[in-house]
Amino acid sequence: MAFELPKLGYDYAALEPHIDARTMEIHHTKHHQAYITNLNNAIAGGEWETKSIEAILAEVSKLPAAVRNNGGGHFNHTLFWTVMAPNAGGMPKGDLLDAINRFFGSFDKFKELFAAAGMTRFGSGWAWLVKAGNELKITSTPNQDNPLMDLAEVKGTPILGVDVWEHAYYLKYQNRRNEYLAAFWNVVNWDEVGRRFK
Amino acid sequence: MPFEIPKLSYAPDALQPYISKQTIDFHYGKHHQAYVNNLNNLVPGTKFETATLEQIIKEADGGIFNNAAQVWNHTFYFESFSPSGLREPSGSLATAINKSFNSFSSFKEQFAKSSVTLFGSGWAWLVKKPDGSLEIVQELNAGNPMRKGLVPLLTCDVWEHAYYLDYQNKRPDYVQALWNILDWEIIDKRY
Repeated sequence: MAFELPKLGYDYAALEPHIDARTMEIHHTKHHQAYITNLNNAIAGGEWETKSIEAILAEVSKLPAAVRNNGGGHFNHTLFWTVMAPNAGGMPKGDLLDAINRFFGSFDKFKELFAAAGMTRFGSGWAWLVKAGNELKITSTPNQDNPLMDLAEVKGTPILGVDVWEHAYYLKYQNRRNEYLAAFWNVVNWDEVGRRFK
Repeated sequence: MPFEIPKLSYAPDALQPYISKQTIDFHYGKHHQAYVNNLNNLVPGTKFETATLEQIIKEADGGIFNNAAQVWNHTFYFESFSPSGLREPSGSLATAINKSFNSFSSFKEQFAKSSVTLFGSGWAWLVKKPDGSLEIVQELNAGNPMRKGLVPLLTCDVWEHAYYLDYQNKRPDYVQALWNILDWEIIDKRY
């Protein structure tokens, strides 16, 4: 069963003004679709064709670079679309907020550390909030790597991710990655992040 | 002596329609300038304080390497273009290209393929090897082939900021457009 482009739970314009409709449409229909097409081609006809994306990523070091790059690209973008929503932002709640306070001191401090992970990722990549056992960690990965990959430096379950490839923000923010990362907090879907934390 | 951003030899709109004025304004005016500023902030108090850009690229790592190489790479990239100039190699460089790649059109195909298939941010390069032959290599992020003893002749910036305003996800169109603005007289001199 080939991988397919997931539908978004909101319109391309729904995250305006923080993320513009044109960026959303190109990002979803062109970039994400290309990762899926290339992933399907890379695993066609082999034993990996029927595996879940998580199972593929867990053993990705044994597979060709095309699977790592495009499988990561598919998983990362699928997660990214769900951890954003219109009329979102604000604060995490309940157990997730408690855990953020425990591991990072405060929600504000967490936001600072997460944005710094995105800012200091040189080149293309992602910043992540990861559940690793009983811990929460902030990390970043190059290109389309992620913490589910067996070759990741920091492993765990990503519960929040932000794309810092320039294609994620260049049409609206150009060289100002810091402004994109600041705007991201206005669209974070904390209900979904909380669900992934459980 | 702080590092400085060299002036462009052409107007910011001179490469249109292949590279827009808006892209040059951001790419040269913001990105290139930021690498220069970062480098000037990073080197004071280090052993690289009086080093040349080339020395830093060969010896440094981390943030100092990244910013120094990005300064060098961007200068080299922007200097390769002119609004009017020789659009094909000539003389001994043309001979070397034919020898290493069979023909100029075959070279263009291989260089474009290298630029398009580089995953993530980075640079595709045409380089001269110590034995005088030519090769196409990919370098990720700020990578620069001088670190491997290769002589850079030509580069294509495939960081998305180089083309996203003009071409978005269509990197192959951007790479194709560069053949219209590369100045082979300048590239000949490097050879």
